[in-house]
Amino acid sequence: MDRLPRYVPPILRQLAGDRLGLARAAQSRRSAELVARTRTADRVVRSICPYCAVGCGQKVYVKDEKVVQIEGDPDSPISRGRLCPKGSASEALVNNPMRETTVRYRPPRATEWQDLSLQAATEMIAERIIRTRAETWEETTEDGEPLKRTLGIHFLGGATLDNEENYLIKKFFTAMGAVSVENQARI
Amino acid sequence: MKLEVHTWPATYGEQAQPRMGFFTDTSICIGCKACEVACKEWNHVPMQLQGFTGNSYDNSVDLGADRWRHVAFVEQRLPADATDGGSLVQIAERGAAIDAGVQTYQEGDGVRWLMASDVCKHCTDAACLEVCPTGSLFRTEFGTVVVQEDVCNGCGYCVPACPFGVLDKREDDGRVWKCTLCYDRLRDDQEPACAQACPTNSIQFGELDELRERADRRLARLRDAGQDQARLYLADEDNGIHGAGAFFLLLDEPEVYGLPPDPVDTVRDLGSIWAAAGAAALALGAGLAAAVLGGRG
Amino acid sequence: MGSNMAEQHPVGFQWVIEAKERGAKVIHVDPRFTRTSAMADRHVSIRAGTDIAFLGGVINYVLAHRRWFTDYVRHYTNGPVILKPEFRDTEDEAGFFSGWNPDDGLYGIDTWGYDGTGGETAGGKTEQTADVSGDQSQGAHGMDLEGGEPPHYDDTMEHERCVLQVLTRHFARYTPEAVADICGCAPEDVVAVAEAMAENSGRERTSAVVYAVGWTQHTVGVQNIRAASILQLLLGNIGRPGGGILALRGHANIQGSTDIPTLYDILPGYIPMPHPQRNPTLDTFVAENGPATGAWGNLRSYMVSLLKAWWGEAATEDNDYCFGHLPRVDGDHSHYAMMLRMLDGGVQGMLCVGQNPAVGSANSGLMRAALAKLDWLVVRDFQPTETALFWRDSPDHEDGTVTAQGIDTEVFFLPAATHVEKDGSFTNTQRLLQWREKACEPPGDARSETQWIWHLGCIIREKLADSEDPRDRPIRELTWAYPLEGRDAEPDPDAVLAEISGCRADGTYLDSYDDLQDDGSTSCGSWIHCGVYKDGVNQSARKKPGTEQNWIAREWGWAWPKDTRIIYNRASADPDGRPWSERKRYVWWDETSGSWTSLGDGPDFPPTKAPDYDPPRDARGLAAIAGDKPFILHPDGRGWLYSPTGLTDGPLPAHYEPQESPFVNALYGQQQSPTRQTYPRDKNPYHPSDGVAGADVFPFVLSTYRLTEHHTAGSMSRTVSYLAELQPEFFCEVSPQLAAERGLRHGEWATIVSARNAVEARVMVTDRIKPLRVQGRVMHLVGAPYHWGGVGIVTGDSANELLPLSLDSNVHISEYKVSTCDIQAGRRPRGPARVALVDSYRRRAGVRE
Repeated sequence: MDRLPRYVPPILRQLAGDRLGLARAAQSRRSAELVARTRTADRVVRSICPYCAVGCGQKVYVKDEKVVQIEGDPDSPISRGRLCPKGSASEALVNNPMRETTVRYRPPRATEWQDLSLQAATEMIAERIIRTRAETWEETTEDGEPLKRTLGIHFLGGATLDNEENYLIKKFFTAMGAVSVENQARI
Repeated sequence: MKLEVHTWPATYGEQAQPRMGFFTDTSICIGCKACEVACKEWNHVPMQLQGFTGNSYDNSVDLGADRWRHVAFVEQRLPADATDGGSLVQIAERGAAIDAGVQTYQEGDGVRWLMASDVCKHCTDAACLEVCPTGSLFRTEFGTVVVQEDVCNGCGYCVPACPFGVLDKREDDGRVWKCTLCYDRLRDDQEPACAQACPTNSIQFGELDELRERADRRLARLRDAGQDQARLYLADEDNGIHGAGAFFLLLDEPEVYGLPPDPVDTVRDLGSIWAAAGAAALALGAGLAAAVLGGRG
Repeated sequence: MGSNMAEQHPVGFQWVIEAKERGAKVIHVDPRFTRTSAMADRHVSIRAGTDIAFLGGVINYVLAHRRWFTDYVRHYTNGPVILKPEFRDTEDEAGFFSGWNPDDGLYGIDTWGYDGTGGETAGGKTEQTADVSGDQSQGAHGMDLEGGEPPHYDDTMEHERCVLQVLTRHFARYTPEAVADICGCAPEDVVAVAEAMAENSGRERTSAVVYAVGWTQHTVGVQNIRAASILQLLLGNIGRPGGGILALRGHANIQGSTDIPTLYDILPGYIPMPHPQRNPTLDTFVAENGPATGAWGNLRSYMVSLLKAWWGEAATEDNDYCFGHLPRVDGDHSHYAMMLRMLDGGVQGMLCVGQNPAVGSANSGLMRAALAKLDWLVVRDFQPTETALFWRDSPDHEDGTVTAQGIDTEVFFLPAATHVEKDGSFTNTQRLLQWREKACEPPGDARSETQWIWHLGCIIREKLADSEDPRDRPIRELTWAYPLEGRDAEPDPDAVLAEISGCRADGTYLDSYDDLQDDGSTSCGSWIHCGVYKDGVNQSARKKPGTEQNWIAREWGWAWPKDTRIIYNRASADPDGRPWSERKRYVWWDETSGSWTSLGDGPDFPPTKAPDYDPPRDARGLAAIAGDKPFILHPDGRGWLYSPTGLTDGPLPAHYEPQESPFVNALYGQQQSPTRQTYPRDKNPYHPSDGVAGADVFPFVLSTYRLTEHHTAGSMSRTVSYLAELQPEFFCEVSPQLAAERGLRHGEWATIVSARNAVEARVMVTDRIKPLRVQGRVMHLVGAPYHWGGVGIVTGDSANELLPLSLDSNVHISEYKVSTCDIQAGRRPRGPARVALVDSYRRRAGVRE
């Protein structure tokens, strides 16, 4: 155990041996009580880096329902705790001040965004999908063979999404006959 | 006589830890800059946008208050053109009858691209610490040299004292900032953010004695493999700072990487003067120091 | 080759560094000297777009010097198989294979097959068209073979029509000297690489080939990879530890979004989308797409289980398990084809989720012009991207060619959750599914895509609930009930994964795709993923530390198929089931237990099928694969040195020049890949190639690429301070020689011009870019990372503005890696002057339409 308590005023420490005040005697209260924020986090969850496809393990530290640190997961046999600069910037990606967290809406010919609630936006998008699908529906070929599809809607996205998300998207768009579902793999 | 030889580890008593440090093996650095980002992310170091420098892939320029890890990129033509000098364009213009004599890969001329992650050296004889009048700079229980942000008053004495140009004032808050070797993480038995992130283990963290042994073995291996230019930098105590907590394996002269070949503790000749002054100051100003430090504590 | 691994996959590169420390030799063949080259034992610079020529040289060397792995080639590949006498090679036909039909620009493939098989392959088709590439995506299913055996083969591999001999003749003209003259390398480079590969392959050793988009982003992308497959099969490097062809993919789940596809032409697990004429019923679909033999022989079970997962109780034997609910695909409806359709007014709506075509797609200007023709656009991302803002801020606005008031498109921007704000799985580049745990709720209106698509689907279902229109039945009858969780009533991704993995009618979980039935008694959303929820446990969430397992680390995550970490690993043992060598032991036949055993991986082979198993003539499915044939996805169980079916552009790779090239094809009369997809039109003009008037107007080769410090189109890096500052400005890389020739000054500006657009970039003059001597002339490369755009902490012109659309017909990927350009010193003109500059180049090159 320490002979000295964890925090001792500098003058006492100086008298106790660090007469030049360069080491322990100079340690401030903040320094003496410094704790890594990974230690004070409320919880840590295990994740995977969102950038490239190496699939590096990440440990995500959460404090007061906010991500306070993301670093490599040493348990991962893929990455062994290491991250590249992009992976190391993941916390900044999540807590990025540039993130837009409200729905934006731009009517035809408008020169600026407008506000719109998420619910209204989802409702409006559903209406447009239904309308476009009806207007561009192809029931059969000219020879009468079934097509049962629309080419009036193009979906692009997926390489950054989860398997479960892609599955639901593919499932629903296929059921709608919206066949042109595509993603970055083509690009 | 050195000023602080007895301050660490002795003053920490049983709290003293083995001296910890970095061995940066540049022979396996891939220049990814994960160290720069991981450091900034952990320590909340602000962005320092400096535009396109044209200095190979290095747009960070140097270590400073807003850059505690810095990756240098050195492009070399092999065989190195030591005498010609001039910019690459000048060389090309001189030698370049484009149609006749243009050099192509087929003509045997190659390039070498050196990359190296630089950091505060955490010197054994740390001038910054010795000149710091506020006690902001101090040597931790791990033997590392740390600026305490709650103590620093921005006097800037440490800035010119550093033989490596590491110490630097942050413009907006006036205080000095530099690598702490992730003091908070060390106190929690975690390795510094840069070393943890480094994809190829070019940055190795550990007990200095063990790192030095590892570096010797590594150097021997590279030399055996024909890397005649490989060398250790600051790995032993036979230099002007009596060794460093952060040392390097380089593949060329230190100057090539922008490192001083013979760094010296800028206050080593002032040692005896300071010793006397320090004793006097102690006698005179213990109460004052307590007031200053205590007030900030 | 075709990968800059140290820069693009730095953490994966730790294993290369470690292998190198243990004695492995690392060779980097790449047009540029990159951070990967800096770490390699040898860097070979080749001209962009000449990979097949270089690999052809290596293959030729291996064949000519008999350096192939005889036992492996004889037993495990189709090297001994005899081809049809009608087959003609590019050697005979001036750069075309037999079957070329110049009128429709397609190959008839009836001469490409094995001797003795029917003229038709891939289920009744006689022509491999680019229309329905689902047919190619697992094109291996190909032909019907009795008992899984090719009708004629010669194990001595000396028959003049056997694959090995055809191969030998095909690659004979790829001599080191010919290849060097095409690639701009030294002949010794070809020999050195071939020797290094051959020396490091065989019983005792294996070599791996690593590629990425440097191979796929060409008009001959698929054939680049085919060339590597031929080399690795000849050397016996597939299915063995330390071997393989490793595709390094660029996005966290780009592998998963291909396996469980957000792609138009396939269903989950690479099952093709049905075709209107050829697949009126489930039976015809299965007959046409599933060969009788090999793993695809059970296609009906995979398909019926998928239909049961999607339409549940509505899917019955009487209604063909709702097979008729599936829309039909009969054309190219891929991204670029759709963007062109959009430009012509044929697409009303687009949903763009985590993608940014206004920067990330080739010919970005054409992309924006197409977006302006939409009625509505939905963008989901972390912040409004260049695509979300195309109506307000773009280079076209700056040029004065468009105004916001002139764009009718209605735009919705929906904020998205980040990777830590939702549970779910990513599939990494090794087919490994890894589960992520949710850390916290997304802020504000941000939602996961699971939450978004499910709620959107619910609204649409509700609005159509009373519809009696038959076209709405697939929506109404869709299984869409999931347990909800969290603040935002989000469908539980765990339950979605369980549906993907599959279960029996009684709700018990399936172990593997072997359990799937074709009678509706099993349900499975993706047959290759069957078992990822085995025993009711999310296997992808397994996280036993790597340090507590051996190097295979099989208790971390879950890899499809059947949690196999090295695919086709039966090939790691010899035909008798013994390890090829002690050093390369991986999977072997254990006589005492009568089963395949391994160091810790699962055998990618029927577990108790003995090495000497000889299938009866009437065997089907996996039962038709012999005990010494590891490639179980193929109907003959062999690795294909020669592809009798599945590809649109030939059964073997042949060197063709890129769409735009300063050089003529030195090997064949045919300049470019005859089946490439091009779209000549005003917004997508092509530059003349060598030998055509105007070629000298765009004399330099342009290649686009990425940097470690940024991510693709930049939305996830230009906006992040710690990354933005590291590469703050768009720059181009040129050699000192080109700089001298064009007066470019290091650190100053240059304008790069194509017939599509002109962009400005800071100049990086570097010895890392070196001129190459090709066909007696000097070739200059202009390198351009493409990360920049108008949104972010750092902004700049986008290199993709310069590129044309020219696609590989197999997979519809464009040729980002090679085009031609000019470069001038100084900044580009502003406003209409930029348009005028591009117009003047078009006129001079004669490309103005």
